[in-house]
Amino acid sequence: MRLIRLWPENSRFDFMRFRRYSFPLSALISIATAIMLFTIGLNFGIDFKGGTLMEIQAKSGQADVAQIRRTAEGFGFGDVEVQEFGSAGEVSLRFAIQPGGEAAQAGVVQRSRDTFGNDYEFRRVETVGPRVSGELVQSGTIGVVLSVIAVLFYLWFRFERELAVASIIGTLHDIVLTIGFFVITRHEFNMTSIAAILTIVGYSLNETVVVFDRTRELMRRYKTMPAEELLNLSINHTMSRTIMTAMTTALSLLALVLFGGQAIQGFAQVMLYGVVICTYSAICISSPMLIYIGLRGSETVKVPEGRAAAAE
Amino acid sequence: MLRFSKSKIIATLAVIIIGLLLGIPSLMSPEQRKAYLDAVPSWVPSWLVPSRAIVLGLDLQGGSHVLLQVDEADLVRGQIALLRDDVRRILRDTRVASQNGIQTIQRGVQIRVPNAADRERLMPRLRELAQPISNAVLGQTGDSSVALNETADGVITLTLTDAGINDRVRRAVDQSIEVIRRRIDATGTTEPSIQRQGADRVLVQVPGLQDPQQLKALLGETGNLEFRLLAQAGATDVDMLPMRDAGGQRVPVERRVIAEGGDLTDAQAAFDPQTNQPIVNFRFNIRGAQRFGQATTENLGRQLAIVLDNEVISAPTIQSPITGGSGQISGSFTVEQVNNLAVLLRSGALPAKLTIVEERTVGPGLGRDSIEAGKIATYVAAVFVLLFMFATYGLFGLIANIALLVHVGLIFGLMSVLEATLTLPGIAGIVLTIGTAVDSNVLIYERIREEVRGGRSIVSGIQAGFDRAFATIVDSNSTMAIAAVILFFLGSGPVRGFAVVFILGILTTVLTAVTLTRMMIALWYQWMRPKALPF
Repeated sequence: MRLIRLWPENSRFDFMRFRRYSFPLSALISIATAIMLFTIGLNFGIDFKGGTLMEIQAKSGQADVAQIRRTAEGFGFGDVEVQEFGSAGEVSLRFAIQPGGEAAQAGVVQRSRDTFGNDYEFRRVETVGPRVSGELVQSGTIGVVLSVIAVLFYLWFRFERELAVASIIGTLHDIVLTIGFFVITRHEFNMTSIAAILTIVGYSLNETVVVFDRTRELMRRYKTMPAEELLNLSINHTMSRTIMTAMTTALSLLALVLFGGQAIQGFAQVMLYGVVICTYSAICISSPMLIYIGLRGSETVKVPEGRAAAAE
Repeated sequence: MLRFSKSKIIATLAVIIIGLLLGIPSLMSPEQRKAYLDAVPSWVPSWLVPSRAIVLGLDLQGGSHVLLQVDEADLVRGQIALLRDDVRRILRDTRVASQNGIQTIQRGVQIRVPNAADRERLMPRLRELAQPISNAVLGQTGDSSVALNETADGVITLTLTDAGINDRVRRAVDQSIEVIRRRIDATGTTEPSIQRQGADRVLVQVPGLQDPQQLKALLGETGNLEFRLLAQAGATDVDMLPMRDAGGQRVPVERRVIAEGGDLTDAQAAFDPQTNQPIVNFRFNIRGAQRFGQATTENLGRQLAIVLDNEVISAPTIQSPITGGSGQISGSFTVEQVNNLAVLLRSGALPAKLTIVEERTVGPGLGRDSIEAGKIATYVAAVFVLLFMFATYGLFGLIANIALLVHVGLIFGLMSVLEATLTLPGIAGIVLTIGTAVDSNVLIYERIREEVRGGRSIVSGIQAGFDRAFATIVDSNSTMAIAAVILFFLGSGPVRGFAVVFILGILTTVLTAVTLTRMMIALWYQWMRPKALPF
């Protein structure tokens, strides 16, 4: 039986060359994301914005979206977002947070149940008041910041400072691009999205760490090899593993996107995108970053001036 | 070396088999589980029988999640009213008059007593109101519930302290949990989970509840019942309270309380035999019966005011003295309303109003669909990954696949024994770990291949592959674990379910991908004595 080989043995591919394109490209996308984040903004779900979300399904199997929208707008609870999804007459209704504090939110659900309860089954009802949504924003932000800091310390402890800094830059890059994905696709941003971002943080570091583990090992073996060559070698050595793991992870996420059902699809799509971004950043951002940060910042290895210059 | 001693093989297999067996109860329906536990002979010690199972989250089994918050403002208002009553009583007892009565200020009350001799008599009594706060953890904290302040010109201020209010909120949450439990039990709801969350919140989770309207109605009422008299014309000490079903009209009610909810021993919903209207029958305790009997005797012909949460719900005329200690509340109630009222009266009053700050309800249909979709996604992901691993690594791929299946089985076993909650994001976590679990195998295999290519023999290549890949496996899994642990502590409900699965997955992957894989490869080598790697 012939087995699949996704990457040739003994490859000597010059990955570091990509930095001429990947650095400007990533910088551009990051800046664009920042601008869009402040102009267009994220499509916050009710976890962070507060309000009421209802998912109803027509008992007859056929939903009349236009009529639902007309009726719901007539409630006088402000703007209603009515959307059809799935295939079996499922409709989602989103009401913005009602003025008047926590108690004011209850009326929305009550009114909707009374009006649509006969023809539609209420499959999901979520109401988040202003206080809880504020706290969720806080804990979500703290979570992402804390995880980056915690991982930075771990890497600092396990690796040299330069490697730690380079991996964190790669991870921040992945976070920014993931947020960009949310801004552009208008995917709802909620607590599950925070889970997706934290998982991407973990995966991103996983990718970088495997490469840097090899870099560290090669640094000890080839004490005088210039950084660029050393990094290229590390990536080439670990490339078949990188591709394999990205493939298996992507395959299982693909299964989730295709069959996981509507509620989990968004999460899986973001993660799938994250796997691609993390693989790209480990190879094209974190690793070449070390050429600039200085791979051998410590005095353990002395690089002869001439060779370092020749490598540039 | 690439040799596994017999005892090590047995130990590894034992750990894995026990781990897998632990998951069995989770695969059964509750009825099957009960039948199976009943079928176990009684001489088998119970700790030998796996009995714990994974709990399905509300998002999978359907149900309601309601987060309530103690209304601090309402609680403070109540405390100020009590403080005011206490001060009035002390003023009366010491026969001291305040120049401008008792003023309610923000968070406290104020009186004005210019006469120094009067103040001398008054102050020791007022000081008794400042009770020290004790704390279960710290013992006496040294803080007191009320701060007392006296100025030279005779203005005395009593304010509730922050420590005092926090202490009240904490106790209010404890009391609320008790009251809520009684109220929910009274409706016959099965297996509600009621727990404190943070400093001032109560989380109520009721599996299987489709429409939490009745639950919310029950929890939205404080349930503070008072029997008073409607005031006669010209009476001074009155409250103007809204009358139910009177279009917002307010009626004067005497401040004096004849009897209250705490004086009731029982309350039942019933029908009036004459009018067939839904009513609530109640029974007083001895003290309540005496006071009620006396009041109804003295005030024949007047109207009673039955006040629930500062609303007059019924104002019957006293036709005859009620001395038997029982009575009824009638009005234009629906059957559901009297049922709720009876529950409220039986379970006692909440110490303060509770506000619903978050509500999440999932219907049983959606939960079922989510489980179905999750199952299919898990199978498909497994098939994808198994095929891919086999196509890439051949025999070693099969070994990795066995390890992967054991890995998923162990996650199930661990979750069962921890009685962890499986949520929809948790299912996503399982699917995701199917993809990431083989990473350790891939790291090892790629390393072995490299080592053998570099000129090592198979044995020493395999050996070196495992040894060198191990540090990388630890590093790469640790970074994942850090993110997952943070998620566990910050997330709530469904998201936390994802973190649990992910953390357990990281733990078991080290056992399956390293120890189990190594054992299988060692055995393979011993049997086959291969001359080349099979991939």
